Amino acid sequence: MGFTAPVLEYSALAPMLVIFAAAVIGVIVEAFTSAKLRPSLQLAIALGAVILSFTQVITLRGTTTTTVAMESVVVDGPVLFLQGTILVLAFLGLLLIADFEQFAAQASAIPGSPEEEVATKTGKVQTEIYPLTLFAVGGMMLFPAASDLITLFVALEVLSLPLYLMAGLSRRRRLLSQEAALKYFLLGAYSSAFFLFGSAFLYGFAGKVSFQGIHNVITSGPGNDVFLLIGLAAISVGLLFKVGAVPFHAWTPDVYQGAPTAVTAFMAAATKVAAFGAALRIYYTAVSGAVWSWRPLLIVIAIITMIVGSLIAISQRDVKRMLAYSSIAHTGFLITGILALNQSGITATLFYLATYGLTTMGAFALVSLVRDASGEVTDLNRWVGLARRSPQLALIFSLFLLSFAGIPLTAGFIGKFSIFSAAYENGAISVVVVGVLASAIAAFFYIRVIVMMFFAEPGSDSVSVIIPSRYTMSVIWVAAIVTLLMGVFPGPLLDLIGSLSTLVR
Amino acid sequence: MNPTNYLYLSAILFSIGAVGVVVRRNAIVVFMCIELMLNAANLAFVTFANMTGNLQGQVMAFFTMVVAACEVVVGLAIIVTIYRSRRSASVDDASLLSR
Repeated sequence: MGFTAPVLEYSALAPMLVIFAAAVIGVIVEAFTSAKLRPSLQLAIALGAVILSFTQVITLRGTTTTTVAMESVVVDGPVLFLQGTILVLAFLGLLLIADFEQFAAQASAIPGSPEEEVATKTGKVQTEIYPLTLFAVGGMMLFPAASDLITLFVALEVLSLPLYLMAGLSRRRRLLSQEAALKYFLLGAYSSAFFLFGSAFLYGFAGKVSFQGIHNVITSGPGNDVFLLIGLAAISVGLLFKVGAVPFHAWTPDVYQGAPTAVTAFMAAATKVAAFGAALRIYYTAVSGAVWSWRPLLIVIAIITMIVGSLIAISQRDVKRMLAYSSIAHTGFLITGILALNQSGITATLFYLATYGLTTMGAFALVSLVRDASGEVTDLNRWVGLARRSPQLALIFSLFLLSFAGIPLTAGFIGKFSIFSAAYENGAISVVVVGVLASAIAAFFYIRVIVMMFFAEPGSDSVSVIIPSRYTMSVIWVAAIVTLLMGVFPGPLLDLIGSLSTLVR
Repeated sequence: MNPTNYLYLSAILFSIGAVGVVVRRNAIVVFMCIELMLNAANLAFVTFANMTGNLQGQVMAFFTMVVAACEVVVGLAIIVTIYRSRRSASVDDASLLSR
């Protein structure tokens, strides 16, 4: 039997290859260069790779090749848009990571031990965070592009494994951070096991691992429906865990709170983009023929996710946990976009992902600036009267919160409006009604925070706002300007997405 | 032998792993239960490859093994670090968050 070498279309895969190559180079640099040189060199490599990859994505726009690498990867409009979004978020995330010395000098050292103190004092700081980020970015870019179950699973793990480690690297509050890493890892691996078991049964149903093959068997071929249902259910558990939908959301608040804030910002924004990109592809192409089996389930999950996320957020006393629950509620809105199952559903979901990702990035970046002597202050009670100390930051944070709430003239409003109207078109009226109600509940606690910042006297235990360098501030400004601009002139971006939003099977 | 029996075995192994993750307290044992679930999925893949007569399932099984090995590296690193700073690998002790 002869062996046929696989054909790889390097130009179409270039955006991902650049990122993976830079990640490997980053590992080598980590091993062989001096500690003084490392931080700036690693940052330069990472940012350079992200920019180079982004230019590759731009040049691929309007490409005619669709399935590449022996039909295991698809490069189409939505994929390119999502990859571009992930790269923009990665660029901003890297700036945040570079700014504060918020990562442990040596992740392996015991917190409070002499060796850790020595490493911190002498500046022998490990910078493995940059290659880890790049590997995660590479996995995120591959995840929505995967067009068979093997690539999908490998991409899922490539994006998850570095994130588990990154969550545990915080310099301050090491125990919390390590606990977050442990929880994220155990629950993440648990959900990957479900995902893999589901893949096995989808393969057993169709006899093929490609989405195209699965689609063909669902629409025409003979197949055992029991296998299909087991496979669909288990794969959905894995995906819904990654996006943090109720009842698979338990990890979200803990990990968001415990992880270093820069990592939380990157993870909250970019993972959601990648995971919903993959969910769009699976539900819209691979299993769209079996819509009767999964749509009722997703409707229920969307409804409880929106309600639970909004309700629990009200009682939170920690800014990061509050944002985590708000991200759960937003997951519910995004699932509504998947339920729409039409062209405007794709456009709306892509728009929502891009703007929500940027706003989240900005909000967490801003959280990292509010500090006291011992580090970040995330207790909401101590944010009281923040506007007296820094009116500018309080104003920008209010803008982000209003966008999360979906108030007109912010990007959040356009996103929610387009998602709900897409779902309404397809008759998912119950979800739309619940979504609007959940938005109203959510608006309550967002506005409560704004009132706290502006119209209350600051307490005695004061916090200060520390501006470390230009990086974090520029991230916040970019996020704020995009949030406002996309609320006032969403047309160009919506047109761009509209021209790109045909999913290729 | 009827290949369906292997599917039953795979489902039983998967269930043992899934229940084990929920009821066991030691992080290492929880992790081993997750590995058991991955292996159950592998058994299902190989069985389906046998039933359908193509090799994609077996290829997938190899990929799963590689990924599982990577997961062991990352997982044990995290568990050992947390054990060194707490002197305990129990998942119940790690409860500073979520209050």
